[in-house]
Amino acid sequence: MDFDPFVLARIQFAANISFHILFPTITIGLCWVLLYFRLRFTFSGDKAWEYAYFFWVKIFALSFALGVVSGITMSFQFGTNWPGFMERAGNIAGPLLGYEVLTAFFLEASFLGIMLFGKERVSNRTHLVASSLVALGTTASAFWILSLNSWMQTPAGYRIEEGVLFVESWWEVIFNPSFPYRLAHMLNASLLTVAFLIMGVSAWRALRQVDGPATWKVMRTGALMAAVLAPLQVFIGDLHGLNTLEHQPAKVAAMEGIWETERGAPLTLFGFPDEEEKTTHLAIKIPKLASLILTHELDGEVKGLNEFGDDIPPVAPVFWSFRVMVGVGVLMVLVGWWATWALFRRREENAEAHAWLLRVLSVMAFSGWVAVLAGWYVTEIGRQPWVVDGVLRTADVVADHSAATVMGTLLGYVGLYAFLLVSYVGALRYLATKPARSLSLMPQQRTMHDSEITAGEN
Amino acid sequence: MDLAYWLPLFFAGAMGLALLIYVLLDGYDLGIGMLLPFASDEEKDVMVAAIGPFWDANETWIVLGVGILLIAFPQAHSIVLTSLYLPVTLMLMGLILRGVAFDFRVKAGDARKAMWNRLFALGSLVASVCQGWMVGAYVTGLTGDTTSTLFAAMIALTLPALYIMLGAAWLLIKTEGELFRKAIRWGRLAVFPMGAGLLLVSVATPLVSPAIADKWFSLPNAIGLLPIPLSTAVAYAGLIWIFHSKQILFNGYGWLAFVALSVICVMASIGLGYSLFPEIIIGQLTLWEAASATESLLFTFWGAIIALPAIIGYTIFIYRVFRGKATALSYE
Ligand code: HDD
Ligand code: HEM
Ligand code: HEM
Repeated sequence: MDFDPFVLARIQFAANISFHILFPTITIGLCWVLLYFRLRFTFSGDKAWEYAYFFWVKIFALSFALGVVSGITMSFQFGTNWPGFMERAGNIAGPLLGYEVLTAFFLEASFLGIMLFGKERVSNRTHLVASSLVALGTTASAFWILSLNSWMQTPAGYRIEEGVLFVESWWEVIFNPSFPYRLAHMLNASLLTVAFLIMGVSAWRALRQVDGPATWKVMRTGALMAAVLAPLQVFIGDLHGLNTLEHQPAKVAAMEGIWETERGAPLTLFGFPDEEEKTTHLAIKIPKLASLILTHELDGEVKGLNEFGDDIPPVAPVFWSFRVMVGVGVLMVLVGWWATWALFRRREENAEAHAWLLRVLSVMAFSGWVAVLAGWYVTEIGRQPWVVDGVLRTADVVADHSAATVMGTLLGYVGLYAFLLVSYVGALRYLATKPARSLSLMPQQRTMHDSEITAGEN
Repeated sequence: MDLAYWLPLFFAGAMGLALLIYVLLDGYDLGIGMLLPFASDEEKDVMVAAIGPFWDANETWIVLGVGILLIAFPQAHSIVLTSLYLPVTLMLMGLILRGVAFDFRVKAGDARKAMWNRLFALGSLVASVCQGWMVGAYVTGLTGDTTSTLFAAMIALTLPALYIMLGAAWLLIKTEGELFRKAIRWGRLAVFPMGAGLLLVSVATPLVSPAIADKWFSLPNAIGLLPIPLSTAVAYAGLIWIFHSKQILFNGYGWLAFVALSVICVMASIGLGYSLFPEIIIGQLTLWEAASATESLLFTFWGAIIALPAIIGYTIFIYRVFRGKATALSYE
């Protein structure tokens, strides 16, 4: 079979970034949650919060390690796969990436050692400061990298001389039109992902009867987070979509599967987009809803894919990814509310009292990942055929490796990532099956040997 | 002052510094990784504890080095990484395995620990060999012909020996007892391959690259440059002596070995810098041809002069917090 090295290079980049984003998504949110556990313990003196911290800091360390090693791959990928991108947009992309590396380094990597292993060696205050700096650092590096990504979606503040981009205004480059939305949406996405992860793992432990009081405290924390943040995410997502409509109408047309410009456009819930025939088969539609959502008028005009000639993204992946993300988002709202209602109303901390909820929560432990990946596919595939929207074409920046080379390394990466992903989930399971250490705080309730408890977790 | 002239120089210096620090710091991590299979199970835990709080920050220096290449010299970044595509990819896979094995070996359960230990060692070895290869290919101008391939292969075999020396020297600082004695033995074994490699490389570099030979052997430069090989030779002799002197080793002066290695690395990088300057890719591009637009460099410059001293400051702080012999790692 013949493979186009260009397509392979794209798949390779996509595989690497998809693997990478899984872990920052967890660490960005989890470090704030850890800080919260630390503070709860410091102010209340309740050991359960400290045990919760000890349990989750291990998962944090593991996720961080995976984030770091896959992030290093990313910083090489621009040169190995998209040399043209750095040659032509390097004046803008370079400094933004530079600031991400500097802040990552400045705060996270340096203080991580103290946060993880230094609890005995420095004062409580220094340790708290180190943990806060790690949290600030991860968030700050998300700020810079998202600024770059948003600039690629909605470029601003630049001029072009002989094909090379130069900066006109750093302010406009950094705070480009889609950046505030993307930053808010992504940061909130990470907190939500973490909310469902901590609820999911805790629920799983409760079902296995290895839970303690700390497990339930963590679960309630997650439930509250989800109940507030999930609706917020839907709201931000809507604003984000409106912003995209303004700047990248072709992307929105692909998301909604709108082929022809029309007034009073219906919303397609499901269907099978067909690019050859320029139609969506078996579509289930709600009349006028797309116009209402996108223009806030029943008869508002919505631009269709026909307006953009050949410069349109692949429709089906964008259309489907969008539905997966929104579907998970809506589910998160419902489950978040249900969990909060159930866990705060009935304070019984055992699996029988909440059997169904616990099952649903443990299935949804990694639902955040699904939504995040789907969301990024909408964003990135929806930008095609451009790498910098309207300025640079992806096809013009690719490196000229042979298909065999790229295929070989691609298979290597994919194999490695699959192995690591399985190991990661396996390690989480392994950590979660040890009996909770916070059981020692309520010794009379369950029959469990002391030795087993002290060897356990959380 | 002419910014268009000075800024590329500043960034070239910062990049060199970042890569030098990387070699010294992650060098000992990788070295210890390669030594892991030769230690008993308990010793393995101590060895990992000796690098535990540091490796993440150590590894970030290469991100910074490559980052500066990308930010300040995007043209060169593209040429270097596209021509080194395969070794770079393999190195990344090595670094990935090493980095995650670190965490998995204690978190994935005892049944899997042996596997992760092996992957830890394998990852370290692959990353070191590939880095050697990359240095070799880079120094010969990325031409890819037979001599430069041979040369790259030679450095690929030498660099791991240097890293193993760094690892052994680090263990002299961080460990005691039987492991300490083992570290001495490892050091004594690795010091000769490393020396041979060093010698070969110094002789071969000018042979492979006439441009470099010209710079080193024309008078009066040759005399002015003499301190570089001389101090390297002295440091190397000192290194052998340290590893054989019970008096030094058992009276708490084992850290001198690390100092001697640092001197060797600093001299090697000064020498390399001199050989290359003012080109960033030999025979293809100078620093200034490869540099980004001045206003872009200036924007990054402000961040860099605030961040770099701070990073060096807390690196020192962290090494102080975790000074002394390595103890079992604990999150509590
Ligand atoms: C919104 C979040 C986000 C996104 C989209 C990306 N990253 Fe990232 N990255 C982070 C958020 C992050 C982080 C949370 O800040 C990490 C995770 C672990 C860490 O050390 O920092 C990180 C790590 C990380 C590291 C390692 C830093 C270190 O050693 O501490 C590098 C080199 C990169 N990233 C580079 C990239 C590149 C080139 C990306 C895009 C193509 C990218 N990241 C996407
Ligand atoms: C925030 C930082 C990011 C930057 C700077 C970035 C940049 C890029 C670049 C340069 C390409 C290659 C050119 C192209 O094909 O358009 C690309 C493609 C792609 N990226 Fe991203 N990306 C980022 C985040 C992500 C994330 C987090 C994901 C997924 C989880 C993702 C998924 C993809 C996919 C699927 C493609 C391939 C699209 C296609 O070729 O059809 N990206 N991105
Ligand atoms: C009903 C709820 C949601 C709506 C309406 C929504 C809307 C959107 C839209 C329109 C985009 C594309 C932005 C662009 O053009 O670049 C997007 C991207 C994205 N979404 Fe959502 N979203 C929702 C839920 C979620 C959830 C629950 C998560 C994760 C937990 C999530 C994570 C992401 C991510 C990571 C991206 C890509 C990065 C970005 O552009 O911010 N979304 N979302």
